[in-house]
Amino acid sequence: MRSHLNEVIRFGLILGIIALFISLIGMVEAFSKRDIISGVISLGLTILLLTFLFGAYLAVRRARSAQPLMRVAFGAITGLTASIVLAVFVLFAQVVDLRQIFVNVTPTLIALLTFGQSLPGGLFYLLAAGAVLGALGAIVYLLPKRVQHAFVIALLWVTMLGVLQDLIRVTFQSIGAISDLNKVLYEQNGLSVVGALIVFALVAIVDYVWNAQRAKLQARFNALPAGSQRIARTIGIIIAFALLLLLPQVLGIYIGEVLDQVGLFVLMGLGLNIVVGFAGLLDLGYVAFFAIGAYTVGVLTSPQQGGVLSFWEALPIGVVIAILFGFILGIPVLKIRGDYLAIITLGFGEIIRLLALSDFLKPFLGGSQGIPSIPKAQIGGFAFDDPVKLYYLLLVGCVLVAFVALRLKDSRLGRAWMAIREDEDVAQAMGIDMVWTKLMAFAIGAAFAGISGAIFASKLSAIYPHSFKLDISINVLALLIIGGMGSIPGVIVGALALVGLPELLREFEDYRLLIYGATLVLMMQLRPEGLLPEESRRRELHEQDEPPVAVREQTAAPVVTTN
Amino acid sequence: MTQPILSARKVIKRFGGLTAVNAVDLEIKEHSIHSVIGPNGAGKTTFFNCLTGFYRPEQGDIAFDGTSIIGLTPDRIIRLGIARTYQNIRLFSNLTTLDNVLIGEHIHLHSGILGSVLRLPRTVKEESDALHESRRLLRYVGLRGKGDVIAKNLSYGDQRRLEIARALASKPKMLLLDEPTAGMNPRETEEARLFIRNLRDELGITILLIEHDMRVVMGISEAITVLDYGQKIAEGTPRDIQNNTRVIEAYLGKDAYKEDLTPEQALARPQ
Repeated sequence: MRSHLNEVIRFGLILGIIALFISLIGMVEAFSKRDIISGVISLGLTILLLTFLFGAYLAVRRARSAQPLMRVAFGAITGLTASIVLAVFVLFAQVVDLRQIFVNVTPTLIALLTFGQSLPGGLFYLLAAGAVLGALGAIVYLLPKRVQHAFVIALLWVTMLGVLQDLIRVTFQSIGAISDLNKVLYEQNGLSVVGALIVFALVAIVDYVWNAQRAKLQARFNALPAGSQRIARTIGIIIAFALLLLLPQVLGIYIGEVLDQVGLFVLMGLGLNIVVGFAGLLDLGYVAFFAIGAYTVGVLTSPQQGGVLSFWEALPIGVVIAILFGFILGIPVLKIRGDYLAIITLGFGEIIRLLALSDFLKPFLGGSQGIPSIPKAQIGGFAFDDPVKLYYLLLVGCVLVAFVALRLKDSRLGRAWMAIREDEDVAQAMGIDMVWTKLMAFAIGAAFAGISGAIFASKLSAIYPHSFKLDISINVLALLIIGGMGSIPGVIVGALALVGLPELLREFEDYRLLIYGATLVLMMQLRPEGLLPEESRRRELHEQDEPPVAVREQTAAPVVTTN
Repeated sequence: MTQPILSARKVIKRFGGLTAVNAVDLEIKEHSIHSVIGPNGAGKTTFFNCLTGFYRPEQGDIAFDGTSIIGLTPDRIIRLGIARTYQNIRLFSNLTTLDNVLIGEHIHLHSGILGSVLRLPRTVKEESDALHESRRLLRYVGLRGKGDVIAKNLSYGDQRRLEIARALASKPKMLLLDEPTAGMNPRETEEARLFIRNLRDELGITILLIEHDMRVVMGISEAITVLDYGQKIAEGTPRDIQNNTRVIEAYLGKDAYKEDLTPEQALARPQ
């Protein structure tokens, strides 16, 4: 009992310090310009409240032996402890001028934390809110699994609809038939109260019913003849493609630009997924191949550099040179494993960037001035010169590369990669040629990054060495971790979450790396396998198709009665 | 029949000042079951590692099927027909049972990148044959219906079976088993003993066995080699070994014979 209480209070203190931290660095205030529910609750406050809810949930989860009612009390104590930390801070800020040290301790922040009330009352609200949210977190924990799932998903949906309101409003606007949805769901600065309730209820019900019926639906689908199953899948894929094709038409240039960014990272992610996800070779200098693709296309196509080729002629050359450098990096690191490999590849990435920056290669690569006036990709008279047109180029690229990656994963080479990842010595003892297999991983990974770099060069029309810094390698690796190592759908989800979302939320910019870090830590703690983890293929189901050998042998043998 | 499939001459492997394998000679007859026994640290597994290319011996020569294998990498040696299992099971633990066996077939598959990406008819045929063969092997070792299980989720005994299936997938001429019955109960050990004998009788594979369980060793071996401190101290039929005082000394210390044990009792003592 006592130990539970100690634990819960300790959790509350940690939670309070986290809440204090995100307040002090200005996140709460910066995010409070955007409302989730118009006039009721801002994004900044939502983040704070969700932190409380989630923290109390985790605290209660740890107190295993306690009674349900005790757990609710524990949740409330967690929340209360955390809000006491904040309350002490608010009081302290009244006495001492904290702005001398923490520039973000503005009157606005204090007002936010006290719900706009004057002090004694405001503090009461703060403490009460903490306790109530804490208790709520505990209740969420105690709910039956399906209800809990529905509640959490609905809460996330409301938050996301609030966060992405600009995007969604534009979408509804441009599709005439549903433009009235805007009026129902949104007010000036966020969701309307009614809108939020509708969304919450709708999502919760759909989620609950879906989870309750899923097993049955799945069984019914599996019972269908193989032909119909294939038709259903094909129809699904066609619909997905149609949506992907229409997307930028509906969403316009700005979203098109965001999707282009995502596409470039999907291409790189699919490549690094082969190197790190399949073959288990930790490569931290992956940006080098992106740079090589970009610079090859730049040098060969920019008239300033004496380039005469078109994008389409330069692209395959860029890919080939990227592959070549994949070999050049691969050969010296063949015998190197793990951390050492990571450090060496990190160095390789920096070498390529510094070479591009160097005076030595300035006549060819333009030094810090980079390469200007790279022409756009063209087919006949059609130029890929705006983000929406470029989106289609990237879409084709991503689909092709994803197709190749999927096929390779399920091949002799893909199995060899995964064997190396699992146990290099045993893989070699099973007859897998280390040199060839590792070099192929580096080379194919480099090729995909080369394609991405080539499109990047023609997209920007000018490239500079500082576009190819270490943070791109880190970003690609992070999106693999978020999406799920080795999982191809995971790459796409990871890129959308890690590249797409921050682009949509401009106010995130200052806190981008902080949020990355926090997300990675949380992922490692709660879902280390990633959002869409790699799935192993199920193949033994087909065994029913084969003649049952053993049975036949038994019946052929003379039957002897045994006692 | 009398021609040895494997012959090792004066093999020496040192680690710093320690000579783990010291001038060991060994000849293994084709289609025989040959055991290597010895106290812990006698150099048995090190010797296995020399045979499979994990270690390169400092001196000596090892010839398999007429060709010297000194200096060859493990991926070359398995192509000559030597497959092995490991003392501490080493599966590809995050892959499925079927994938483990398919990787075992690696050396018999030939499809390249282009064939795999475009699913050329030859590749499709090869893959479906490979899958068929893997399922057959899983049935053979008694893992029917467990093809989609992730290897690390298999029971201990099943993991041992899978390791053998993976080794068999390379169609070896000789199979090196490193303590295949370690950690098994008496019933499982008896099953394993019969299974190993079947491997030789049905598939014609030469078996080289490291084993501590004397009932298994004495029951199925045609020849036994005893190592101690890296040196071969005895060799012969099970009967020869059971009556060899040097062997009993090595296992139980110099004065063991004073304890008035019969050699069989001494060897049957747990390690």
